[in-house]
Amino acid sequence: MIPVWAQVVYLGAAACFVLALKGLSSPKSARAGNLVGAGAALVAVVVTFIVYDLDNLALILGAIALGCVVAVPMSRRVAMTAIPQLVALFNGVGGGAAGLVAYLELASAPTVFPLAASVATVAVGGVAFSGSVVTFLKLQELITTRPVTPPAGPALFAVSLAVTLVLGILLYADGGDGVWLGALLGAVALVVGVLLVLPVGGADVPIVISLLNAFTGMAVAAGGYVLGNALLLVGGTLVGASGSILTRLMAQAMGRSVSSILFGAFKGGSTAGGGEASDRPVRSAGPDDVAIMLAYARRVIVVPGYGLAVAQAQHTIRELVDLLEKRGVEVGYAIHPVAGRMPGHMNVLLAEANVPYEQLLEMDTANGQLRTADVALVVGANDVVNPAARSSPGSPIYGMPILDADHAGAVVFLKRSMRPGFAGIENELLFDQKTTLLFGDAKASLTALVGALKSL
Amino acid sequence: MDPSIALLTIFVLAAFTGYEVVSKVSSTLHTPLMSGANAIHGIILVGGIIVAGQADGNAELAIGLIAVLLATLNLVGGFVVTDRMLEMFRVKKAPAADSVGAGGGE
Repeated sequence: MIPVWAQVVYLGAAACFVLALKGLSSPKSARAGNLVGAGAALVAVVVTFIVYDLDNLALILGAIALGCVVAVPMSRRVAMTAIPQLVALFNGVGGGAAGLVAYLELASAPTVFPLAASVATVAVGGVAFSGSVVTFLKLQELITTRPVTPPAGPALFAVSLAVTLVLGILLYADGGDGVWLGALLGAVALVVGVLLVLPVGGADVPIVISLLNAFTGMAVAAGGYVLGNALLLVGGTLVGASGSILTRLMAQAMGRSVSSILFGAFKGGSTAGGGEASDRPVRSAGPDDVAIMLAYARRVIVVPGYGLAVAQAQHTIRELVDLLEKRGVEVGYAIHPVAGRMPGHMNVLLAEANVPYEQLLEMDTANGQLRTADVALVVGANDVVNPAARSSPGSPIYGMPILDADHAGAVVFLKRSMRPGFAGIENELLFDQKTTLLFGDAKASLTALVGALKSL
Repeated sequence: MDPSIALLTIFVLAAFTGYEVVSKVSSTLHTPLMSGANAIHGIILVGGIIVAGQADGNAELAIGLIAVLLATLNLVGGFVVTDRMLEMFRVKKAPAADSVGAGGGE
């Protein structure tokens, strides 16, 4: 039994975790909230070293030091555009850690409930680990972002899920002594995680990260139950519960249900879109023509997307918007809640470029203004303006609220190529009569536009 | 109260707390909030330290140390990357009129 004072410190740390989450849900207190959470974690780790009777101290401290040396530079240097995959990766290693801790506790779990909890944690931790690795690979575009359904995918998934269950029961019946049984359970859980995430299409990946985040939280909570440590129990449960509701909120923002995201591709028919460029005719124009369109418009709405951020063109678009405003054009940015790679990602990216907050229009406001806008300038975005979300029930993005760029008087797309967007589906709007395409890297195109505007 | 039931009680209460705390949050903050919650479950590091510190034999020790390493990545990386993201939401000083294109500075 650890001393009472240490338990009180753990309790304080648990309370700080609640405050951290509370703080993170409001922009004003978010940063402070995060620091409170980090401080609480640090205190809890130090207390653990003091009160538990631990061997191998040097090795443990070495492992922690190594982790810091890797994690800190990684987190500090990551490009804003790559943050979603880093979050996925960190979530995965957390799930892996929870699984390993539970695995080591299998043999020593004394009673019924802790044993059941550790068996479950080995499985859930494994799923969270491998699932997160697959989301990382998708977001990093190391594997295709389109839904992947392995042959007999649903059957394979069902079988591996059943095997996990059976192994779990066997392990439980065995009193947790079967070391190899535990390892096998972990291995099959890894397969389940991969099969769970592979069929999820690009635009839905962030929601799955959130779901796996909740999984890891539950695994950590179960780990806390096994170890009789209230801090792990509270911390993990908070993440499990808040992560579950966050997953639902994100899914709602995209107009779909969590189960349709996970199992949509299995049902077939929803993997529409070959992900290949079409050879239908489109109308493209040079920077000079587009500059004239913009300069003589009364109202222009910019629809920024991930392509803008990747090209590091945030500053150039600002310059363009400032020039237009000087000419008396009314300009705003229409921000889709899931523009970028994660909900709210675009706000982070534009905030980095010091785009004035008042120019950022949320989806509903933006859609009102797009109706009366002369030009919708779509920069590196595709899926968030794809009318298929309204009109094609078979499309993977069907039901997702979109920005009504097609309601503007004219649409200009700045695009690198005809390649479909992250969701892997073609955009009919590209072939619309009122659409003009300006091909090229977003930054190069915007720089050319700025030049053309100045010389008008 | 039986310790097992005490823990179960804590679990149920924490679940409601987590649900309530996050039930109304704007989509602008979904990413930082997810990342912050992600960092919090890195507290499994405490569990990793305990099992590594009480390991019997080299195999257990190795697994425990891997758990410690992974949990550290989760905990430390999670908090740092969340902080980095939230820096972007910092209220900026009254922008000078000539600050066009000068922002960011990286």
